[in-house]
Parts: sequence; structure tokens; C-alpha cells
Amino acid sequence: MQKELAVSADQMLAFETDCHLFDGCGFSTVSPGLHSFVFKPIANVGGVEINKTMLLALLGTVAIVWFFWAAFNKPKIVPGKLQMIGEAGYDFIRRGIVYETIGKKEGEKYVPFMVSLFFFIWVMNLWSVIPLAQFPVTSIIAYPMGLAAIVYITWVSLTFKRHGFVGAFKNFTGYDKSLGPVLPMSMTIEFFSNLLVRPFTHAVRLFANMFAGHLLIVMFTVASWYMLNGIGIAYAGVSFLMTIAMTAFELFIQAVQAYVFVLLASSYIQGALAESH
Amino acid sequence: MSALQNLAAVSGSIGSVGYGLAAIGPGIGVGIVFGNGTQALARQPEAAGLIRQNQILGFAFCEALALIGIVMPFVYGVK
Repeated sequence: MQKELAVSADQMLAFETDCHLFDGCGFSTVSPGLHSFVFKPIANVGGVEINKTMLLALLGTVAIVWFFWAAFNKPKIVPGKLQMIGEAGYDFIRRGIVYETIGKKEGEKYVPFMVSLFFFIWVMNLWSVIPLAQFPVTSIIAYPMGLAAIVYITWVSLTFKRHGFVGAFKNFTGYDKSLGPVLPMSMTIEFFSNLLVRPFTHAVRLFANMFAGHLLIVMFTVASWYMLNGIGIAYAGVSFLMTIAMTAFELFIQAVQAYVFVLLASSYIQGALAESH
Repeated sequence: MSALQNLAAVSGSIGSVGYGLAAIGPGIGVGIVFGNGTQALARQPEAAGLIRQNQILGFAFCEALALIGIVMPFVYGVK
């Protein structure tokens, strides 16, 4: 079951090269690249190979399920600590995102979906800064792609269910009689922009943010290690400070990207449910 | 002919050049978003929550294009 990989097998898990401190090996042997995102499998469970990203995704899911179960298992009128935190998180999505975009009446049944999306994406992003793991699971394109596909199927089928076939076509193309002569061009642009570009950018925004963030942190870390070999400790120290700065920036970006993903998902659902003009 | 080819040739990582070009537009875009947001905040401080939400949304939209620029060189294969 040898799969064709884009990188050679000896380049996976780059820290396993036998290039040690003060050895004087070139930067190209240890520099981060596409190979930093490919992992060798660590276990084989019934024919399915488990590698590091799958393990992190599994652990993250278990953590989220445990947290919300423990918070809302026996809810009290005067909430305990865990229930208060759980309620704060749930309310943040419900009031801050879903009620704002979809509205109170229609939005209530989409709140659990949005809450799950938000916390799943946020925890998968957070693996980037947690020690020993230090790999954002959402920087594997499959995860954002799958989530964006779920959102896409949801709002497209909602459009067809709410407006029927012709109404859905009008919804996708932004049909507006008052536009007049630019109508054919605007309908074409809106059609491609809504049906094709939306899921692509929805997924790639999250993926590229995590991919680039991980590459940046790895680059500065490897550079500070590498410069101890060559130029000296001052430059290595500056590079390490940049690693710390990038990690702090990544913490902010992880939360923002999860928020924006869920905000856009709600916005697409609202567009699907919107009344035709 | 070959001197002209050598003059005009771009060697090395053209992916980095591509990203550099891709970062021009979003750089201006993010500046516009946050600049106008700050101005709106100064005019009407009580709308801070609304303005901040829209700022973050606009920032994410602009940043997406710059980040697609980072990712594309890897899509087309790195030498």
C-alpha cells in the first residue's frame, strides 16, 4: 500500500535528520517546506495507518466532547464553573454570530452546528501552539475542505428547499430586474462567485492561514537553531524572539480564523434563507 | 539572442516573487479596512462592537488573497 508522496521518505519529520548542533550542515537540509507537513504513520489500527495529525484530531475531538458533556450534563440554575464557561462559549456563538446574521427565529436551529464548527476549528488550530504536538491539524487541506463542503451542501440544499428550482437560480445569480443592461454580466459573475468560488475561498482561507503560520513558526525556530551553528548567539536570539512574536500572533489568528469561518458559514445560510426581492 | 535571454531570465524561486506581487493588493486592502474602521470608531465610539466585527471580517477577506499567494508555489511544486 505504498502511496506516492510528493516528498521522499527520508524527508518526513525533518528533525530526524542526523544534523546536530554545531555540525555545520547547510540550511537547505533542515529548512521547512512541504515536507514539514507529511508524517510517517505511528500506528496501524486494523489496516488503517494512524499518523500524528489523525491522533491530534482524535484527541481534540475527545477533548471538546468531554468539555461540553461535563459542562452541560447536570445543568443547574446557578451554574458551576464549567457550566459557566460552557454557557459563555455557547452564548458567544449564539448571540454574537448566529442571531446577528441569521436572526433569532430562523437561526435557533443552526446554533449547535455553528458552535460545533467553531470549537472544532479552534481546537484543531490550537494544536499548533500546544507543546509536544505543535502542528495545526487544519493545515492539512482535507480538514478545512471537508468542513467547507459540509457548509456548502447545507446552504445549497437550503436554497433549493426554500425557493424551489427557479427561485434558487435567482438566488444564486442575484437576480434583480432593476439592474437593467448589466444583468447578464452580473448574473454570470454572481453565479460563479457564489457556487464555485465561495467553497474554495471558505476552505482555503482557513487552510492557508494555518499553513503559513506553521511555516513561519517553524522557519524562525529552525533559523534560531541553525544560526547557533554559524553566526552566533545574538542572531539566534533575535530569531528566537521572532518565534515568540509569531506564536503570539498565531494565537490571535487561530481564534480569528475560527470566528471568520463560522461567521461566513452563518452568512451563507442567511443568504440561502433570505426572502427574494 | 542568448544574451537577451540571460538578461531577462528569472532564476531561483519564482514562487517568492509571485507571493511578493500577491501581497501588494491585500496590503493596501488591509490598510484601507483598518484605516476606515479607526476613523469610524473616532466618529462614533459607541458603535465599537459593530465596527470591530466588520473590521475583523474585512481583514479576513483581504488576508485570504495574500495567503492564497503563499500557498500557490507549493501547489505547483517546489524544486
